[in-house]
Amino acid sequence: MTDMSYLDGNMLDGPLRELFAVDLSSATGRCESCGMVGPMAGLHVFSHAPGLVGRCPNCTEVMLRLVRSPDRAWLDLRGATFLQVPMPLDQPHPRPL
Amino acid sequence: MSPGFQGRPRSAEPALPPGQYLTEDFPVLSAGPTPKVPLETWEFVITTENGDERRWSWAELMALPQETAEVDLHCVTRWSKLHTSWQGISLDTLLDGLDTDAHFALAHSYGGYTTNLPLDDLRGGRAWVAHTYDGAPLHPEHGGPARLLVPHLYLWKSAKWVRGIKLRTMDQPGFWETAGYHDYGDPWREQRYQGD
Repeated sequence: MTDMSYLDGNMLDGPLRELFAVDLSSATGRCESCGMVGPMAGLHVFSHAPGLVGRCPNCTEVMLRLVRSPDRAWLDLRGATFLQVPMPLDQPHPRPL
Repeated sequence: MSPGFQGRPRSAEPALPPGQYLTEDFPVLSAGPTPKVPLETWEFVITTENGDERRWSWAELMALPQETAEVDLHCVTRWSKLHTSWQGISLDTLLDGLDTDAHFALAHSYGGYTTNLPLDDLRGGRAWVAHTYDGAPLHPEHGGPARLLVPHLYLWKSAKWVRGIKLRTMDQPGFWETAGYHDYGDPWREQRYQGD
């Protein structure tokens, strides 16, 4: 993809921090379309648009859409089959029963 | 007292829809990379709810009656551009005589973009497949070779790089409509987001 009209996924840090308590800039995601696993910070983000559109750097399919109105936010992650978020080891966490 | 001092002065320009500001340039908005579509392989397809297809090559589209339109553009990101000049083919021409009971349309584009609108909004001389802007072939960054032009709705409904229209009996939300934007998008009623 040679199009230079996008930003890298690091720019999602601020907009997503509004929604999530965890830091997603260090999260990993899997593309629903091509299956590539990579850092969310590596997405190609098209921001000259009615919302933010994060595309897979490998296949250019949409992995994330974030729309912000004055009083609401919409997050569409159907193009990402998982988000893997690093968690601190010393934090209590639920275990399988 | 002169009666001319009563009331507000008339503006030379028509009022903008609520929440919009005037721009003189032509901002480029895009949800993805600009698709490169050679005219030799370009096609436009209307698919009915029964699966019947009407298909035009670039040459076939150019052979249809051409219309010019001077229209105002209103983008949901709040800029408006007035008196823009276009040439294209009316959707009335493309839909003429088509056997359909559909009430909805889903436009789809090269590059994967989609947007939905009522089929009636594509009729009545209000919608075009536009290929010329300001007297020149439509630049790819503005949707060339051809884009949908439905200027009475917010500009995200005027799908760039349009490839076809699917007629549907049920409304199916498109790219932005599934992510919070309004199903219809009338700028004069400021229908930006769901629930507006």
